[in-house]
Amino acid sequence: MDFSLSEAAQSRIAMSRMAAEGMMRPIARQFDEQEHTDPWEFFQSMWDISRGNRDATGMGSQGNGKKNGRSENTLLACMQIEELAWGDAGLYLSIPNPGLGGAAVQAVGTPEQKQRYLGTFYEGKPRWAAMAITEPHFGSDSKQVATTAVRDGDEWVLNGTKIFCTSGHRALDKSDGFVVVWATLDKSKGRAAIKSFIVPAGTPGVTVTKIEDKMGIRASDTAMIVFENARIPADNILGTAEIVEKDSRAGFGGVMATFDSTRPIVAASGIGVARASLEFLKQALEEAGITIRYEVSAYDQTVLEREIMNMEAQLQASRLLTWKACNMMDRGQRNSKEASMAKAKAGLAVTRITQKCVELAGAFGYSRKQMLEKWMRDAKITDIYEGTQQINQLIIARAVLGYTSVELN
Amino acid sequence: MIDFELDEEQQLIRETVTTFAAEQLRPAAREADETGVIPESLVRTAWDLGLIQGSVPESYGGYASGDPSAVTGAIVAEGLAEGDLAIALHLLSPRLVVDPVLRLGSEEQKKAILPIYMSERFTPGSAAVVEPWLGFHFTKMKTTARRDGNDYVLDGTKCQVVLAASAPHIVVYAAAEGGIGAFVVPGGTAGLTIGEREKNLGLRGLETYEIRLDGCRVPASARLGGDATPMLRRSRVAQSAMAVGIAKASLDYAITYAKERDAFGVKIAQKQAIAFMIADMATETEAARLLNFEAAWNLDQGGDGSREVAIAHRYSSDMAMTVTDNGLQVLGGHGFIRDHPVEMWARNARGFAIFEGIASV
Ligand SMILES: Cc1cc2nc3c(=O)[nH]c(=O)nc-3n(C[C@H](O)[C@H](O)[C@H](O)COP(=O)(O)OP(=O)(O)OC[C@H]3O[C@@H](n4cnc5c(N)ncnc54)[C@H](O)[C@@H]3O)c2cc1C
Repeated sequence: MDFSLSEAAQSRIAMSRMAAEGMMRPIARQFDEQEHTDPWEFFQSMWDISRGNRDATGMGSQGNGKKNGRSENTLLACMQIEELAWGDAGLYLSIPNPGLGGAAVQAVGTPEQKQRYLGTFYEGKPRWAAMAITEPHFGSDSKQVATTAVRDGDEWVLNGTKIFCTSGHRALDKSDGFVVVWATLDKSKGRAAIKSFIVPAGTPGVTVTKIEDKMGIRASDTAMIVFENARIPADNILGTAEIVEKDSRAGFGGVMATFDSTRPIVAASGIGVARASLEFLKQALEEAGITIRYEVSAYDQTVLEREIMNMEAQLQASRLLTWKACNMMDRGQRNSKEASMAKAKAGLAVTRITQKCVELAGAFGYSRKQMLEKWMRDAKITDIYEGTQQINQLIIARAVLGYTSVELN
Repeated sequence: MIDFELDEEQQLIRETVTTFAAEQLRPAAREADETGVIPESLVRTAWDLGLIQGSVPESYGGYASGDPSAVTGAIVAEGLAEGDLAIALHLLSPRLVVDPVLRLGSEEQKKAILPIYMSERFTPGSAAVVEPWLGFHFTKMKTTARRDGNDYVLDGTKCQVVLAASAPHIVVYAAAEGGIGAFVVPGGTAGLTIGEREKNLGLRGLETYEIRLDGCRVPASARLGGDATPMLRRSRVAQSAMAVGIAKASLDYAITYAKERDAFGVKIAQKQAIAFMIADMATETEAARLLNFEAAWNLDQGGDGSREVAIAHRYSSDMAMTVTDNGLQVLGGHGFIRDHPVEMWARNARGFAIFEGIASV
């Protein structure tokens, strides 16, 4: 057991902190207010930084790092993301990188696919990749995928509509990126027939039709993408085209497994936002001459002290669960339950913490002159995407109870 | 480098303790709660396990190699509490004397006191921390220790004093010059009155007493070291670990029950209202465990722990109440019936906010 930060962790945190403080905080408010505009200068700088440090950016790009020995890739990614999200959650999500789409390719792609779609990712101009699962009629229940993929000679032909695709617009319209799309080969065969496909930018028949207006993380683009007879090469399928009745890691199950690495990362991003709020509030209190006394009787404690202590405990509990999920992944251990615990705990904790900070700061908290209200808006998404609170509770409950998805749904 | 795995020795300790707790403590728990008596034979068996002796260096009769670690203490406390909290507290009571003497005492004090607790047979220990007034907190005691020549004079009232009637010594904590003082008061000292055995909501198997100190005079050499506050912080981590143990017991029981009980044509565990409660119980128990380990680890690294321990303690006591209450709820009406242990766990867990000093390090 060890709770000390390695040198690598300390330096990763310090570097990310610099970017967060120097490059993100100063423009955070602007790109929140001017939704749907692109901070190109920021993109370019982050792109330049990450070129020299491939491993060091963004979601999922290193999720499946070394599986043996004492690797701490996932943990480092989490720590970095906490810092970047502390800088700004919307901007952090916008950083040009392989994102969730890249994580899927990393997890189940062939060496050629990895080389082709990830290999050149830090060269040339800023580029994004995205993952399109959600459709207008479903979100959580991902076996409802209705987008179709039909084999036609050397190609797959895609038809359907995807919504809520993070960085979809930037991946397809603003850069030479790609989107990993979930589509079914045969709707009657359920989840076994759902496969994912790499759709490169510039594919005819692929159109971004809407960019959502959101409560928070406004700097991040969330796109609706329509596929109309969109043709992609046959070998752009991730995993096999065979429909195996049982979940296999190469198909649906494999893509689901990428969440084991990305859920702690979503948790970490929420923790960064909540930490920003809590630090800000404590700083403001300190300036007002109020300090928190941790060791006084409950009778002598003020409500404020109690709330702050509770928030700190909730935040640290979330962080430790997150780190533990990462630690297990870095050790090559199966961590689905722990990843969901981290996400479920953090999702709720950061939502409550940021809301409480706004409340405790009064008019100051509600005002758009300060950042607290923004952080409250930004934190909420932690409990929604990549599995809502309830979906993660389901996963934990199944694991704890030893139930299948048929026994508990 | 951040790492959550127990090392081999810690794993071994955990296995030993949890096996013992499951095989010996759990089966004896209900009867101890009903009768108020913890069986002698059980205490003897536990003593032979060496839980206390293992934390005392050889020169004083034990067989420890190094300093007692707070992390190990947390592992032991959690494991035993999973079996039964009342019995666990009884079995660990020698630590209420042994640990402060080891940590704060002089060579002379160690030589004089420790061997008494290292004999063949279990010797109960005791500590007086809690006071019977609403605003009590361990940093702000009403009991005082006044220096008078070569003596200290102790005045005040303490409650929840474990095994006070049979322990050879009670370590009394009192406001003194230089912070909170810890005083080793032998049973039978003039001015020390031991009241009736207390009747509590939970922990009914555990003997606790109210005691009065009325101009109770002890030699200056009875004081252990200077400020004992850090000592009390360590004991809070052990308490928090016990909160995790009891939550774990309740969680596991709820899981087993929910998978057997039918309602509306399915097992109740297959209903989300129950399944999600169980998912949250599991998550919260794990979260508290990690907070405690971090706090204990900080202490072992020489940290002061005032913030970490306070936070872990607050979190764990709240968690234990919620989780054991939900554990009872999962059983519905049966949870309220004493045939099942869940109501006992809920009663026991209620006490964590006031266990200051009952729980050993
Ligand atoms: C800003 C943003 C970015 C996103 N980025 C992406 C992306 O990049 N790619 C992508 O594919 N998707 C993305 N999403 C979609 C996101 O993953 C879904 O919104 C989310 O999974 C929830 O689905 P839903 O909105 O359809 O809600 P629904 O599935 O309709 O759920 C509604 C409510 O019902 C609950 N619920 C649903 N099923 C169950 C169940 N079995 N048991 C108990 N409760 C249940 C949910 O928890 C929720 O509270 C994004 C969404 C947003 C808002």
